[in-house]
Parts: sequence; structure tokens; C-alpha cells
Amino acid sequence: MLAKRIIPCLDVKEGRAVKGVNFENLRDAGDIAELSARYSDEGADEIVFLDITASHERRTTAREWVARVAGVTRVPFTVGGGIASERDVEALLRRGADKISINSAALDDPSLVDRLARAFGSQCVVVAIDARVERGTWRVYRQGGRVTTPRELFEWADEVTCRGAGEILFTSMDHDGMRRGFAVETLARLAGRLPVPVIASGGAGALEHFRDVFTAGKADAALAAGIFHFREMTIPALKEYLARENITIRL
Amino acid sequence: MNVTIIEYGAGNLFSVRAAVERLGHSVTLGSQPGEILAADRVIFPGVGQARSAMDKLRAAGLDEVIPALRVPVLGICLGMQLMCERSEEGDTAGLGIFPLEARRIEGDCKVPHMGWNRIVDPQPPLFDGIREGEWFYFVHSYYLPVSSYQVAGCRYHALFCAALRRDNFFGCQFHPEKSGEAGERVLRNFLDWNGHERA
Repeated sequence: MLAKRIIPCLDVKEGRAVKGVNFENLRDAGDIAELSARYSDEGADEIVFLDITASHERRTTAREWVARVAGVTRVPFTVGGGIASERDVEALLRRGADKISINSAALDDPSLVDRLARAFGSQCVVVAIDARVERGTWRVYRQGGRVTTPRELFEWADEVTCRGAGEILFTSMDHDGMRRGFAVETLARLAGRLPVPVIASGGAGALEHFRDVFTAGKADAALAAGIFHFREMTIPALKEYLARENITIRL
Repeated sequence: MNVTIIEYGAGNLFSVRAAVERLGHSVTLGSQPGEILAADRVIFPGVGQARSAMDKLRAAGLDEVIPALRVPVLGICLGMQLMCERSEEGDTAGLGIFPLEARRIEGDCKVPHMGWNRIVDPQPPLFDGIREGEWFYFVHSYYLPVSSYQVAGCRYHALFCAALRRDNFFGCQFHPEKSGEAGERVLRNFLDWNGHERA
């Protein structure tokens, strides 16, 4: 039986890890490779890096940090942010990334999902979806949650999965940063209808939130950023708690 | 010690290389028969589709070199499946080192089998120091059945082969280079194995 995964997420700007709340008041959080190695050694099952470097500042060489991360990280890791072509993906995989995550680029051109899955295999194509409830409907947003789209969460998740996405990373914008728990009911609906793993994101604030996202939320993995960076919760303590709660977890 | 990773265009070798280097060995990437024949340890990785990977091995003349190697060889993931007689994936012949066939995972479960799973009944020398039930990272859609060559199993759709061995040939379905400390230990056990059984 597969273990439920705990995934810390690191924001990266120009090759450095940054911490902030809702992309504002960004503070330097240290060397990206050192942080990645620390999470990997502490028991993170996977690590997600979100490159928030503005596209006009991003050069092809600006992602050399990926190779530094790959050199010291003993668990799989995913890179997202500004990926829009097969060439981008090839460069990242060649630098040692295990998976890539796309969001706005898939909304611009859904056939990108098909092409990436065909070229590199579904197992390395994660589609990230940011959504919030509007008039009773889960509305999909793009560009880091700044721009609305006509898409609806469940239909969009079905479509990208059919096109070959190997995993769905769902962030509830309504829960993100609130620290009152994950969007458990919505996650359970997603996990119940999708043939691929679902990564839950947005809302982690306490140990019980992780238990609930795996039991009632039926998620395959849970992602969090702030609570791990600010050391409010450590990964070993979280995993020991989940094991005591009879969640299948890697210890 | 010369550790050579076979480079034949099937998957990226960065992580395997980094993992071996973390253990203090220098690594050569070898695509020519001569380079591989000069190695003290050979690692045979692979990601992608079985038939196209076999085509690449044949084109490079490696399909005859690998089965004739006398030094310790470790096949990882697709590399391990290619060391077998056949694969259902693309209905292709393999290198024939193990008389087994890779089959597609079928059952009431998600495919690919992707994530951390536990191994059962791990055997030395590859699993020296590894406890029963240790976790390893898997990503695959085809599997090898249980056989007398098995040195560790794993349960998913059914019990299947997580690792196997015949003489100097070892294979693992999981990715040791992505499996944390336990994976590092398996790689170290392979690299340190001196060709003799422990008493």
C-alpha cells in the first residue's frame, strides 16, 4: 500500500528561497539546495519548488539551481512556475527534476498537457489548479490566483487527466493562508472521480488538518509551505502524529 | 573504483549520478562498449518505453555487451526489466539475463504504481542493514512476477518483484537514488559488494 505523502513547498526567486505571505513581503529564506537537503533528510516524501521569478527576469540559465537541488536531494522533487513548452520541461528534467508542474500554460493551451505526457510520460506531468468558490461554483484562476478563467474545477481536472496529467495539485484559494484546514469535502470529490493521485494544498495549520485531509479528504498527498518554513510544525513530528492516527506514512 | 552509468538515451541520469557521487565515488557515463567493459561497477538505469530503449541498446551494440559483463551490474527500474527475457511493453525481447517477462500492472489500483511503498523479505547482500517493511520510491506501469531470483518483494496489485539477483546481476524496480537513506544504503551495498557471499 502506498504511503500518504507529506510535501513541503518552497518558493524560489532568482535561485534563492523566499518566504512571504500571499507573494508579498518576500524575505530571503536561505539557500535553496540547503533547505531542500534539510527537508529531504527530515523525512519529506517529495519537495515542490515554485519558481516565482517574473518571466521577463527568467533566463534559460536562471534554473541552474535545479541541478544544485538535484545534487543534494534524496527524494523526488517537482518544479513549477513559468513552464510553457517541451523545451522548458526537457531542460528541467535534464537538470535532475523528477516532475514538472504546469498551471497557466495548460489553461492557455490544454494540448500542452497531451504533448508533455506523450514526450516525457504522465508520471512527470503534474497539473496545478488554483480555484475558489464563486456563486456556488469552484472557479479556476490563473497566474498564481490573480486572474479568473471560465473554467470550473471538476471539469478542468477531468479534462487534464484525460489529456494525460499524472497528478493533480489542487489549491483552494479560499483555504490558502487561513490555516483552518484543507478543503476536505472538495478534495474527497476530486479524489473519488480522478484516476490519478490528488495533492491537497491550502489551509494547513494544525496536525489534525493533515489527518483529516487523508481520511475524510481522501487525498494522496498534502502540501504546505508556511508552517514548515517558519518551523511551526516539523515534518518528523507531523509524521509521527499521523502514524499514531493510523495513517499509512513513511517513517 | 570506476563506476560507469550506461548512457543510451533512455531517461536522465542526473539523479543516479548525484547519488553515486554522494557516496564518494567518481562516475563515468559510458555509451561505448569499451567504456562499459572497463568499469568495475556498472549501473544500468532506464526510464521510458521498453521497445524504444531496447532499440537504442541494439543500435549502440550494448545488447551483447551487458549480458557478458563479469563485474557487478545494477539495473534500475526499466533497466531491471530490460535485463529479462521479454517485456509486454511494446512486445519486445530483452537481454535475457533473467528468464522472466515484464507484464502490465492490472487490478483495482492506480497505474502507474507511483510513490513510496514497503518491501518485504529483503535479502543480503543488496539489502544488508535494511529492515523488513522499509520504504522505497517506485514509479512504474509494468512489473516482474515473483520468481526464485527475487531478493525483495512489494505488494501493490499483487505481490511482485521489488529486486532480484542472479550471480553478478542485480536489479531493483524502485529508484534507490530517490529513496532517501534506505535507497542510499542499497546503492552503497551494491557498490561495496566484493563478489563474495557473506558467511
